[in-house]
Amino acid sequence: MQYQATVTIEQKAGMLDPEGTTAKRALGHLGYAVESVKTAKLYELVLEAESAEVAKQKVDEMCQKLIANPIIHNYTIELKELK
Amino acid sequence: MKIAIIQFGGTNCDMDVLHVLKDVVGVDAETVWYKEESLTGFDGVVVPGGFSYGDYLRAGAIAARTPIMDSVKKIAAEGKPVLGICNGFQILTEARLLEGALTTNEYPKFRCHWTNLRVETANTPFTSKFRKGEVIRLPIAHMEGKFYAEEPTLAELDENEQVVFRYVDEKGRATDKANPNGSLENIAGIVNTSRNILGLMPHPERASESILGSDDGRRVFESMADYITENF
Repeated sequence: MQYQATVTIEQKAGMLDPEGTTAKRALGHLGYAVESVKTAKLYELVLEAESAEVAKQKVDEMCQKLIANPIIHNYTIELKELK
Repeated sequence: MKIAIIQFGGTNCDMDVLHVLKDVVGVDAETVWYKEESLTGFDGVVVPGGFSYGDYLRAGAIAARTPIMDSVKKIAAEGKPVLGICNGFQILTEARLLEGALTTNEYPKFRCHWTNLRVETANTPFTSKFRKGEVIRLPIAHMEGKFYAEEPTLAELDENEQVVFRYVDEKGRATDKANPNGSLENIAGIVNTSRNILGLMPHPERASESILGSDDGRRVFESMADYITENF
């Protein structure tokens, strides 16, 4: 089976998000009142696996080993069956 | 004695380190391309600064996972000194050779200027030629230099005297204003528990000759060379 995994990498709670803070400030300069801005990074992966469970496990491994840095990031994985 | 200077795609401070080691300190050194898998014959390693692999994913993330890093880990396990400067520091934390992580500066801008640093310990192979509490001048040049670690790790770093350099003002006070990137506790450089791996964001190789405005950085390399001579 082929799956598409969408991985979202976010800063851990309590960590500053300087890009988000800067965007919020800039939006303020443009006259938009925004309560908060949070930035995240998104990776879209397409991979073959025998089941959704295996696919998710593989992507989780990739996140732990490379895509995220567990010291500073949280991540979520969403899986979609392609064919 | 021979020191290896690791080159990854995007490394750009390698030749400066080579110049300082060979021409200023006067020890044998050689650049080693990351595809070389062995570091046999080397007594120490410098992972220099730059933008390895464009700092894609995160600064240092890809370089940290190249095969040569297994050889760096091996050299470190033998007790030989490993020095990571700027991108090299980021690579060593990404490789889990050092605690914590380097993340985007609190004000998310590339910062390139002189900083004052307080030497927190002379008890490392890289700072034996300094006095504890001494204030020195080294330049920084980075956008992802904010040192971050969770509270238990920070407490351990303090307890084991693993913090080697802190950003301070001219009088040696670790103020917020003297902190160029929002590093927790003004941390600019740390060692591992065995003390033979140092990572620091400022560039000692850019301040190793007085014509450059400071030669404080030279003592980092001299200390390292002395340590190798005495121990290997």
